[in-house]
Amino acid sequence: MKTRNNLSWKIGGEAGFGIKSAGMMFGKIFMKAGYEIFDYTEYPSLIRGGHNTFHLIVDTEPVNSITYHVDVLVALNQESIDKHFDEVAHGGVIIYDNAKAKLSPAKAKSKKINALGLPLGHLAEQAGNKLMRNVVSIGATLALVDQNLVIANRVVKSNFAGKGQKVVDQNIKALKLGFDYVKKDYKKDFICCLKTIKANDNILISANESLALGALAAGLNFYVAYPMTPSSSILHFLASVAVKTGTVVKHAEDEIGVINMALGAANAGARAMVGTSGGGIALMTESLGLAALTETGVVMVNVQRVGPATGMPTWTEQGDLQFMIHAAPADFPRIVIAPGDAQEAYNVGAHAMNLAEMYQTPVIIISDKLIAEGNTTVPKFSTKNIKINRGKLLKQAQLSKIKDYRRYKLSADGISPRSIPGMKGGLYIANSDEHDGYGFSNEDSKNRIDQVHKRQAKLDTFAKTMPQPEIYGNPKAKKTVIFWGSNKGVLLDAYRRLDKKQQQKIKIMQIKYIWPFPTKFVSNVLKNSKNVLLIENNSNGQLGNLIAQETGIMIKNKFLKYDGRPFYREEIIQKLKQF
Amino acid sequence: MKHTDFETTYKSTWCPGCGNHAIALSMRQALAELNLKPDNVLINYGIGCSSNGANFSKSYVWHSLHGRPVPSAVGAKLANQDLTVLASSGDGDAYGEGLGHLIHAIRGNADITYIVQDNKVYGLTTGQAAPTSNKGYKAKSTPEGIIEKAVNPIGLALANGCTFVARGFAGDASHLKSLIMAGIQHKGFAFIDVFQPCVTFNKVNTFKFYYDRLYNLDKKKDYNNKDLQTALKQSQVWGNKIPYGIFYQGKRDVYGVNLPQLKGQALVKKPVKVRDINNLMKVFA
Repeated sequence: MKTRNNLSWKIGGEAGFGIKSAGMMFGKIFMKAGYEIFDYTEYPSLIRGGHNTFHLIVDTEPVNSITYHVDVLVALNQESIDKHFDEVAHGGVIIYDNAKAKLSPAKAKSKKINALGLPLGHLAEQAGNKLMRNVVSIGATLALVDQNLVIANRVVKSNFAGKGQKVVDQNIKALKLGFDYVKKDYKKDFICCLKTIKANDNILISANESLALGALAAGLNFYVAYPMTPSSSILHFLASVAVKTGTVVKHAEDEIGVINMALGAANAGARAMVGTSGGGIALMTESLGLAALTETGVVMVNVQRVGPATGMPTWTEQGDLQFMIHAAPADFPRIVIAPGDAQEAYNVGAHAMNLAEMYQTPVIIISDKLIAEGNTTVPKFSTKNIKINRGKLLKQAQLSKIKDYRRYKLSADGISPRSIPGMKGGLYIANSDEHDGYGFSNEDSKNRIDQVHKRQAKLDTFAKTMPQPEIYGNPKAKKTVIFWGSNKGVLLDAYRRLDKKQQQKIKIMQIKYIWPFPTKFVSNVLKNSKNVLLIENNSNGQLGNLIAQETGIMIKNKFLKYDGRPFYREEIIQKLKQF
Repeated sequence: MKHTDFETTYKSTWCPGCGNHAIALSMRQALAELNLKPDNVLINYGIGCSSNGANFSKSYVWHSLHGRPVPSAVGAKLANQDLTVLASSGDGDAYGEGLGHLIHAIRGNADITYIVQDNKVYGLTTGQAAPTSNKGYKAKSTPEGIIEKAVNPIGLALANGCTFVARGFAGDASHLKSLIMAGIQHKGFAFIDVFQPCVTFNKVNTFKFYYDRLYNLDKKKDYNNKDLQTALKQSQVWGNKIPYGIFYQGKRDVYGVNLPQLKGQALVKKPVKVRDINNLMKVFA
């Protein structure tokens, strides 16, 4: 009997079969047992029908990517077998509902796949509700990999606690029936067994929720949004804790209303954030310029999906980077940050709250569906390193000492002391027209140039202290892989699986604080590299374009994926090996 | 307070005889008579001739984009309920670019006063037809006459549950001042559409046009402005006689007033501190 360090598990079926709910429970069960988790869902934009999957990687080591191959496929319908048979690993298992789907023994045998046709529906009905096929299959999988039901019972109980004792009991029974069926009828001669591991204090969380927590930790008190996949779970989570945290969370009429409410609140002194996807940002774009001209600090989150237009709304892509850097007419300062995983989303969410107030300008956080909706295990977040910095926000006593207060007074660092409405002696016009120091509309040549320079200076000030790109791997290596955002997980997971000799030849650069662009750092890295490989989830290599724009260096070697799917770990391992 | 306490020294950019002068004066007088302090007043302007008044208002001012003064006003009021928050814009902002925001602010009944300076023309962009231009109105963008029927702002506000619906007239500044005072004192969304003759571009809806037609509901002894049906009926009156004054005033919970997070103290007056998130992570454990 072989022990294994990881398991790639996928459940498939129609929307309404409880695919996501099963996946979430499955993840929690293994997380509580101490394993590391990364999950990924595929679903069309509809509520019933269609084909849905929940793919989950269980590992004894930290994991932040999905594999193409699946060790155990749970097929709640025929489509799940037909669509995913090719992904099932040699020697893997397909658990399927033998009343709903067929799998020919010859086909299974061709890949030495163990075909477990179970009476999932029958067992679910026996437990009290035929809808519980998902829970029966969790029990069956747990038996396969030699886990017990202690933790699973606890997870199922807490998951269904809100639905009453009867539902809890039925689900616990469903779990046991699935578990016992496999224990009784199947010998542990395949797949078995996951190496046991010590329990830890991790949480299982998405980057959306992590970002929200980071913002909350750093004093977010005003969040406005209009639902848009895949950003909506930020809204849902913040709304669920709004009363508890004293945060105003508003679902506004449209994205233009969203950003203008946030700007009104931010100008009045709130720590405001908005969240949406690319299409929503497109609607907010004119107001992005308004934020910059009125010097109103606001955090805008763009959780990218596949565009343009409605595109593939529930799939993943990194197609908005250049849009975020250039959106809105004219030149103005903005900060753009791209976290690569849940922990970074938490850190960036907190940091952005400060940056918006310190630099009095919009701060854009750009992530994507892969990490925004996918959950991963991380140690509980700490607030130890978070400090509130409200920049040059004046206290009343300070403002009272200023004669002839000017909100947009010129200053070397570009940042002017700020009053907020309600303060005595701080009157000004937050003006969408070009304005003078008081905020009065002013179209004089010199004033215009002074104010343009003043606003630009803020970005130059930030550029002096901003975090520089991260380097992983061997910093001296001459082969350089460049990425941004969510590809961090798959790249680092793949890198760890290279042999030592290969690892020595490669360094990996992550550009996280993307705008202002860290030109000097990136130029130096590129000039000291012999081979460069760019990895992005878009069709044009947008970071590559940006690097060319800022450094004059063109990267020819690009590995791009734009079919709505994230990079599979196998693809990246192969690419790095060839590199 | 004096009305001049609310006036800056910025030189006016309005045409001589423009209705905006009287509306701005009425706003300042209303604020002064209510003894509000400029430091505690926030006026959200749109973009257009009327919104250029942003520069003449001595208070906190948010000069937004075209069509957007209302959502920024709603956001500001949620953030600091202690402020007196007004929005002021033209009919292009209110009924063209920003119509959606207006209806939703009305639904929510946010405690702000919205003064729409309705001249039935696009003044700042040299006289094109506005959403409130009467059908057949000829202008640069509609040389054969506008095909659409005019928006009915009063009817729209009433139909969507606005709790204070009034129409003012720049030619009756003292009455307008009283309307604005009543609007500010009203708990909820106060909507005041103001007829504002544009002496440069609108040769139809002149001061005389209104003097010949307007009758004041506030002076009609038998008019009950607490009755929505009566108000709706009056909102449909247009032609030789046109009503102005308070069409309707009702009561409804003010937006946000029932939010526990806004009880006691304005949001922005609570200190910004590092928040303990330990309890918030329990759902992920």
